[in-house]
Amino acid sequence: MAKMNMIQSLNSALDVMMERDPDVVSFGEDAGYFGGVFRVTANLQKKYGLDRSFDAPINEAAIVAMAIGMAAKGLKPVAEIQFADYIFPGLDQIVSELSRIRYRTAGQFTVPAVIRTPCGGGIRGGQTHSMSPEAFFTHIPGVQVVMPSNPYDAKGLLIAAIESPDPVIFFEPKRLYNGPFEGHSGGALASWGNHPKGEVPEGHYSLPIGKAEVVREGKDVTIVAYGTLVLVAQAAAERAGIDAEVIDLKTLAPYDIETIARSVKKTGRCIVSQEAPRTSGFAAELAAQIQEECFYALEAPIQRVTGWDTPYPHAHEWSYFPGPERFINAMNAVLEA
Amino acid sequence: MAAKRNTKSSAAKDAGKGAGKDELLKYYRDMLMMRRFEEKAGQLYGMGLIAGFCHLYIGQEAVVTGIQAALDEGDQVITGYRDHAHMLACGMDPNGVMAELTGREGGYSRGKGGSMHMFSREKQFYGGHGIVGAQVSLGTGLAFADAYKENKKVAVTYFGDGAANQGQVYESFNMAKLWDLPVIYVIENNQYAMGTAVKRASSETHLHKRGASFGIPGEEVDGMDVEAVKRAAEKAVKHAREGKGPYILEMKTYRYRGHSMSDPAKYRTREEVDDIRSHHDPIDLIKKRLIEGKHASEEELKEIDKEVKKIVADAAQFAKDSPEPDPSELYTDVLVEA
Repeated sequence: MAKMNMIQSLNSALDVMMERDPDVVSFGEDAGYFGGVFRVTANLQKKYGLDRSFDAPINEAAIVAMAIGMAAKGLKPVAEIQFADYIFPGLDQIVSELSRIRYRTAGQFTVPAVIRTPCGGGIRGGQTHSMSPEAFFTHIPGVQVVMPSNPYDAKGLLIAAIESPDPVIFFEPKRLYNGPFEGHSGGALASWGNHPKGEVPEGHYSLPIGKAEVVREGKDVTIVAYGTLVLVAQAAAERAGIDAEVIDLKTLAPYDIETIARSVKKTGRCIVSQEAPRTSGFAAELAAQIQEECFYALEAPIQRVTGWDTPYPHAHEWSYFPGPERFINAMNAVLEA
Repeated sequence: MAAKRNTKSSAAKDAGKGAGKDELLKYYRDMLMMRRFEEKAGQLYGMGLIAGFCHLYIGQEAVVTGIQAALDEGDQVITGYRDHAHMLACGMDPNGVMAELTGREGGYSRGKGGSMHMFSREKQFYGGHGIVGAQVSLGTGLAFADAYKENKKVAVTYFGDGAANQGQVYESFNMAKLWDLPVIYVIENNQYAMGTAVKRASSETHLHKRGASFGIPGEEVDGMDVEAVKRAAEKAVKHAREGKGPYILEMKTYRYRGHSMSDPAKYRTREEVDDIRSHHDPIDLIKKRLIEGKHASEEELKEIDKEVKKIVADAAQFAKDSPEPDPSELYTDVLVEA
């Protein structure tokens, strides 16, 4: 085991897979020589050469399209979109090609491509460097959507994504790259070095795509979260002294309704959460599915904790961000109902 | 600054020879303002007063100054995220620009935009765009509106060498020539798309040739020489204004600072940067012409620097004193208010 932050663990996943499988290649804007804006692909070009770790022009549509062609021909490309906010020029390729090749060719061709992209706020990026656009991609049959919340999961899930025969959109919550985050804007950056999920095996291991984890056991209310909000929800429950069960979803498509339903049937109360704007977010899908599965076990209406229906603001980042207060209010609301 | 634009008559007067004293002094003052403004922004960033992203233009000042000198009132300007100097060149208030950098009520977007996302209807500045290349299609749309209205205005659309590889740039080129839109594409080739050198990402590194297959004329310009920039811009603006369609100007320029505040700039050598700073600095060049042409003394130029520093210091003070936006601002401007 080694101590790693999420940047190092993701880099380690790429390193392990490029070492094991010559078909794995990594590319993106500044992802080669420069090693990526956040350094996730650092040193890969030095170690594996220009053919396997390279720079792409600033061409999100073509980056996605290249990955599709390479994967259909048998490579395992891992393409980086520098910020999730930049992915939209590639959306047509994702919707129309990446997700549908297997279906359209009746299984003759598959696209084992991974598109990695840093997402979420918390670094004052303003409206074009802070988005959590995951819900768009959960609405596309044929792609898997993953978002880890810590270094250990990030490595295991990225390896699983690269090994998967089907495409994965892999969201990396950038606020968690360098340390855990409990939702308070001030104070020193925490370190993954003191966190149990900062302990990461150096070699190969993988975690199953589509499997959630109960990261905090409790009996009074279930909180479903993914990415940065997993840590925020846990901290909020600690602070409020509420016996909340927190589920880290890890995969959004396909998501693990069994683990959620088991918990909600036990607690009778549920909060679903996302950093993205409220309307038509992934939390709405969770709420709908949970009421279908658990309606007669619910003691209170399901509450959503989300960002607001605004662009991600620059000055009011922390008013937008769904921090611990909003989790505590939601917990009180479902417990009092 | 830049409240008084160069009129066409003064431009005509100077055509074919070097710029006169007033013009040179204006270039000097405008470029110095941009540089001092951004040096101050860098300081405020270091002090934690500016958060998030901040992309400095230092080194490239001759480009935007020379282009602006060839424009008329009402011409539109749109650019990418390295936008502070473009706003100053357009005549936007340094106070408002700095206060947007600090995310305050007095900022051009009332703190909603930050460094990369500011606009001025009054000055016809259409942003400030954080998605690389996205503004190229928008600027083409602005020019479409000009052509449709037959208003004889032009749209200057700036983008970098990195954005020059975006697909929508070529979709835009095609439409602009197809409809002969009055758009001037100014490619600010500062030679690095963040950390990627042009030759590592571009099959054709002479970016002014990129319009050839669409029939768009293009030329390479010494973007470190404001007078050369202005001469080229006048030609391009005339072409567009006369309804002959788009024009591409590739400005060979250089940014001294990192791509953003967090860039260690390991992708180029210190010698390379030092050489440009020492031998090709756009402000030093104009200073030399002013002194050698006996248009100004060292003392007079120092006086200008003092004035500029005062304006910048005031802007910084304004940006610190301006209040945080009211919390209610979070919800406004999403849709038209009922």
